[in-house]
Amino acid sequence: MGVLAWITLLPIAGAALVMLVPREEEAIHRGLGFGTALITFLISLLILGDFDAAQAGFQLQVDKVWIAPLGVHFHLGVDGISLWLVLLTTFLMPLTLLSPQAIGIRNIRVREFIVAMLLLEAGMVGAFLALDLFVFYVFWELMLIPMYFIIGIWGGERRLYASIKFVIYTLVGSLLMLVAILYLYVQYHAATGGYSFDYVELSRLTLPQIPQLLCFCAFALAFAIKIPLFPLHTWLPDAHVEAPTGGSVILAGVMLKFGTYGFLRFAWPMFPLAAAEMAVPISILAVIGIIFGAFMAYVQDDAKKLVAYSSVSHLGFAVLGIVSLTEAGVQGALYQMLAHGISTGGLFLGVGLLYDRRHSRKLADFGGLWARTPVFAACFLVIVLASVGLPGLCGFIGEFLVLLGTFTAQKTWVGVGLAHYLWGPKILAILSATAVILSAMYLLNMFQKLMFGPIDKPENKAASFRDIHGREIWVFGIVIVTALVMGIWPKPILDRSEKSVQAFLSSYTERLKDSHRNRDAPPHLFPAGPAAGVAAPPAGGGGAQP
Amino acid sequence: MPTSYYLTLSFVLFLVGTGGVLLRRNALIVLMGIELQLNAGNLALLAFSRALGDQKGHAFAFVIIALAAAEAAVGLAILVALFRSRQTINLDEASLMKR
Amino acid sequence: MLFNLRLIPLMPFIGAALLMLFGRRWKRDTVVLVAAGAVLASCFVAVDAFFTRLPEAAEFGGLTDVVWTWFNVGSGDTALKVDLAFRMDALSGLLCLIITFIGFLIHVYAAGYMADEPDYARFFAYLNLFCGAMLVLVLGDNLPVMFVGWEGVGLCSYLLIGFWYTDKANADAGKKAFITNRIGDFGFLLGIFLLFQYGGSLNFPEITAGATPSSALMQPFWLGQPVAFWAAVLLFVGACGKSAQIPLYVWLPDAMAGPTPVSALIHAATMVTAGVYMVARLHAVYLLAPAAMAIVAIVGAATAVFAAVIGFAQNDFKKVLAYSTVSQLGFMFAGVGTANFDGGIFHLFTHAFFKAGLFLCAGSVMHAMSGSGDITRMGGLAKKIPWTHGVFLVCWLAICGIPIFSGFFSKDAIIAGAFATKVYPENLAWVGKLVAFMLMAAALGTAFYMSRLYYLVFTGPSRAEPEIQHHIHESPGVMVGPLVLLAIGAALGGFVGIPGALVEHPELNVIAHLFEPVLGPELEVSHGVEIAFIVISTALAVGGMLLAWAFYGRGYREPAHQVAFKFPRFVALVRDKFRVDELYDAIIIRPLRRLAQLLFQLVDRVLIDKVLVEGLGAVVDVFGRIARFFQMGDAQRYMAVFAIGVAALVFFASRPPVPADLKVTVEGLSVQVDARRPGRASTRELKYSFDFDDGREESQTAPEARHAYRQPGRYNIKVTVTDARWGTSKSLNQKVEVQ
Repeated sequence: MGVLAWITLLPIAGAALVMLVPREEEAIHRGLGFGTALITFLISLLILGDFDAAQAGFQLQVDKVWIAPLGVHFHLGVDGISLWLVLLTTFLMPLTLLSPQAIGIRNIRVREFIVAMLLLEAGMVGAFLALDLFVFYVFWELMLIPMYFIIGIWGGERRLYASIKFVIYTLVGSLLMLVAILYLYVQYHAATGGYSFDYVELSRLTLPQIPQLLCFCAFALAFAIKIPLFPLHTWLPDAHVEAPTGGSVILAGVMLKFGTYGFLRFAWPMFPLAAAEMAVPISILAVIGIIFGAFMAYVQDDAKKLVAYSSVSHLGFAVLGIVSLTEAGVQGALYQMLAHGISTGGLFLGVGLLYDRRHSRKLADFGGLWARTPVFAACFLVIVLASVGLPGLCGFIGEFLVLLGTFTAQKTWVGVGLAHYLWGPKILAILSATAVILSAMYLLNMFQKLMFGPIDKPENKAASFRDIHGREIWVFGIVIVTALVMGIWPKPILDRSEKSVQAFLSSYTERLKDSHRNRDAPPHLFPAGPAAGVAAPPAGGGGAQP
Repeated sequence: MPTSYYLTLSFVLFLVGTGGVLLRRNALIVLMGIELQLNAGNLALLAFSRALGDQKGHAFAFVIIALAAAEAAVGLAILVALFRSRQTINLDEASLMKR
Repeated sequence: MLFNLRLIPLMPFIGAALLMLFGRRWKRDTVVLVAAGAVLASCFVAVDAFFTRLPEAAEFGGLTDVVWTWFNVGSGDTALKVDLAFRMDALSGLLCLIITFIGFLIHVYAAGYMADEPDYARFFAYLNLFCGAMLVLVLGDNLPVMFVGWEGVGLCSYLLIGFWYTDKANADAGKKAFITNRIGDFGFLLGIFLLFQYGGSLNFPEITAGATPSSALMQPFWLGQPVAFWAAVLLFVGACGKSAQIPLYVWLPDAMAGPTPVSALIHAATMVTAGVYMVARLHAVYLLAPAAMAIVAIVGAATAVFAAVIGFAQNDFKKVLAYSTVSQLGFMFAGVGTANFDGGIFHLFTHAFFKAGLFLCAGSVMHAMSGSGDITRMGGLAKKIPWTHGVFLVCWLAICGIPIFSGFFSKDAIIAGAFATKVYPENLAWVGKLVAFMLMAAALGTAFYMSRLYYLVFTGPSRAEPEIQHHIHESPGVMVGPLVLLAIGAALGGFVGIPGALVEHPELNVIAHLFEPVLGPELEVSHGVEIAFIVISTALAVGGMLLAWAFYGRGYREPAHQVAFKFPRFVALVRDKFRVDELYDAIIIRPLRRLAQLLFQLVDRVLIDKVLVEGLGAVVDVFGRIARFFQMGDAQRYMAVFAIGVAALVFFASRPPVPADLKVTVEGLSVQVDARRPGRASTRELKYSFDFDDGREESQTAPEARHAYRQPGRYNIKVTVTDARWGTSKSLNQKVEVQ
């Protein structure tokens, strides 16, 4: 069995193992959970060894027949786009489980919490790796359920409201996506006579304009809710605020990326024409999200809510990068997703730590913590700065590339038939670049309110309010080292995703032409799939004035 | 005797059982009604089995008897539990779902 | 290879890392040793590089050191490849020397100044981090690497201004500095993007080589101006933020909340000059767009005048120096904006010495005055702290522009250059003259407010509390030593840039000679203009000093009181810095915050969450309530419904099919239709109705019918069979052709 199947199934096995241990042995549960996640991470590092950066297509594939009559295959594979997201998942999970605050302040049912987290990991890894839409959908829903319980059982005061809001929001999107998947399945049968859920096969299917648009909207809605794209974001602050620390970290660090990943993997390659037609509205929504999220973050008095809204702003960049359809933009979007995973994950760990110590998230309840917890404050500062996008830390590369890609997207946009919006990309880039200012405003505001000023609350002087120690130092140390390394040495990451991104762009352009030619023709298969492994020249990325 | 006699008896028994299930409020009577329905089914099975000279009907009847026993056991256990918690086995009182 | 350019920024970074990780456990001496040692080491490397290696490499565009490829995307002519690379040429080399040398002096000074600070390790860690970032800024080989340093120094500035974080005002000042800088960075980033899109590269040598009048940078872009103009203006916005020019200067005076060595190093000598350095670095782009240069020059000159005026009425020692810095930075921008790049950088060089000296003197004075910086409560310090006084005197003469002191040469070079510049086209020719006159006014103002500061602090009787007077003492040697070295620099630094052309020895102007390969030939100024401005500058400096003596010699004099009495509102306005902060607060910050609040309450919470999301929920809820009506929760009633349903289902499903089948026989024009079921005849009572598709229908109980058509053609015969007993019916039809 391939390494991909191992890392997908190992967490499930770990979860089963944890269930076998008696309820009272909480230390063993935590240890087993962390161990499983760590081993999964170590195994996932093997992918890096086997991964060939010069190839654009899917590698290390696992393909077993699962439900033969329906044409369902247990088909996993990794390419440059999913590679780092999988590693981000397997990296964040042991880190989260290492943190003593992962479970939040409702320290009950430790065993079930660990099980939920491991199942969540399996779902996330599987969904990133799945190359069969059926399998993808199964994993997609698999990760929803544990998160529902994590918020609903270990959450804060309004956990029921938040968890139900989260589930309903997500389900609305994913059920529509299911309908679209089934539609594709049927159309594939109509076009070829065979039955298949295979991604590579289905993504060769060129639909006529109207069904394409509808299917795109169904997929895009599911993903836009996950990202979340303005105005579908209101579940996020509630879910984050109520979720326990571990849930927040994974939710923000990994789960939100499924939205942008889905755009890259499914919505754009499978429905190129519809994507081109919807590019302008989506990019406008992304920019609104960037600015609006920042404004929202600026007025929050709850640290967790502030960080949650900052996610809306940061992931707007990822969407914008994808829509720009330049190599810089898409690479930047990918990098932004990873960097956001690290920096926002770190922010949630930090806020969770404060909540654990102090049982409050209100900014007004803190102040002057630097004197009280200097090590924590310094670590938190680095994470905050990474999130602000300070060059030299991870947040900068993504933002820079996305803005650069968007700014220079004119030529590409003309290439995909968006010639009406010549100034569009520049205006979008200029507007979203204001986030450079806004992110500094809200994050430094938060940092100042937490760390600077005099210690004037008696609770903050209590002896129980300790600086980070033991495992916590490891957790934060790993986060800031990762942020730093990703900031000054991003090349290994960008190199490995480069070919896949180039293939994404070139096949998108090809498919778009094909879709334009066959706007009204019945569904047919495009000759070569986007993952056929042909590294075609990139589809632009700046250049001279048209 | 022609088969239709047995079938008629079976139908009447089933109606009596259904009436018990639908109209009575005493859970014990309801359970007995269900028993009656099951036995009406048994009777019909046996009648057909005899008429067609096939043993499968007998086999099914045994399955149903076993099922009826199991059902009675579970049902009575639920009734006991219900009685313990509410001091009644009137079904109108056991209406948590009803608002 | 032992020597590496990367060592220069790396060593302070290592120092910072060590201090952050272990500094809290180290003794004070160790901390100072590590911190100052790191900077001194990089100073040695820089000196070695500048004096021994650079001359050999100068003709190849300087020394370079590529660490690794930072990031790259794309291929072909749109590729972006950004190396983590450093380059030292005369320009960046000189800056390196200034940073490392003055940085080292200030580290030493700070060892004395911060002697009572409990958190000294953190302070020195930040200071080292700053030196490293600043060196990255000047040594960066391309704009993104420069931007790393650019933001890095902003970060350190933020941290150091807010060093004494327990005071909210300090933390606020740090935040203000960072955010104002970020506003500039917004423009800076967009400028980078424009340069990349049209210039195709972010490398300084490639930008310089590519910035020709025939390049894509000269394409018209917007409002009739070429790309180069907009790129230059956007980059200048960044410079305005970093170098505290109108309208983004507001953070610098507040930044004085930081420890004084920080003010000297970051907010006077090095970081704030980064904008000037950047403009000089990209001089090729600026030269393509004279209009952008005019903007740079006018903003610089206006800032010089404006800040000088504000300096007249400030009563805090460091605030006066802060506005003086803003004003002097304006001079530098006026210099580079009039294509007098040598002059601008020359002033940067001299300013680094005398302003760092002035700030350190301020620290020393405040040290003597028990921490107070209020100049209305000083006076007569000349005798009590003689070393500090001597250094201040030298630096004062230098900044006022008294001949032979360094400021004289550099300031004169800028003013004369502005007057004589020929960089502007016909329609902008007035800019140079205007800038020169504004700068002259600013020079007069500089002499006035600096002299006011000097007189009020060092001359006349002391106005301090007796308690404080008693404690006045000279600073320790570790503080005085750096002061003296800076004073020497401030006094003699100008001799590297004497206008040698005047005496037919252009090689005497070392700095212009040095910069020729980097910044192009020296700006030509005719002898007459040169001499005239030497005279005028000297006269302005002396005039300003005398004027200030009339007002403030040996303490406050009658004219000073009279002015304050006659124009109280104007004086108050100047003292309140023209209330620009309040203006920004009222028109930008508060509306922005209110808008954000409004959006949150109205759009996010109400419109999206309540109306859209919960509105959808409410619709579902209504359906749910309707459905709940049937959901009575009574198993018996469910069962009754179930039983009725089953009965109905059984009834409808078990109805027998209508026994009918259609058979049509054609004989000429007539047809024989038979709707009987084949085989066994049905005993049921069925009704048959026939429709022959020619307007005639028949209904009967017999299944057979005959019909004769009048004319040949195609007909659709339709038979409907109805079973009245079960209420079922069946329609059959068949197409026939009759001839």
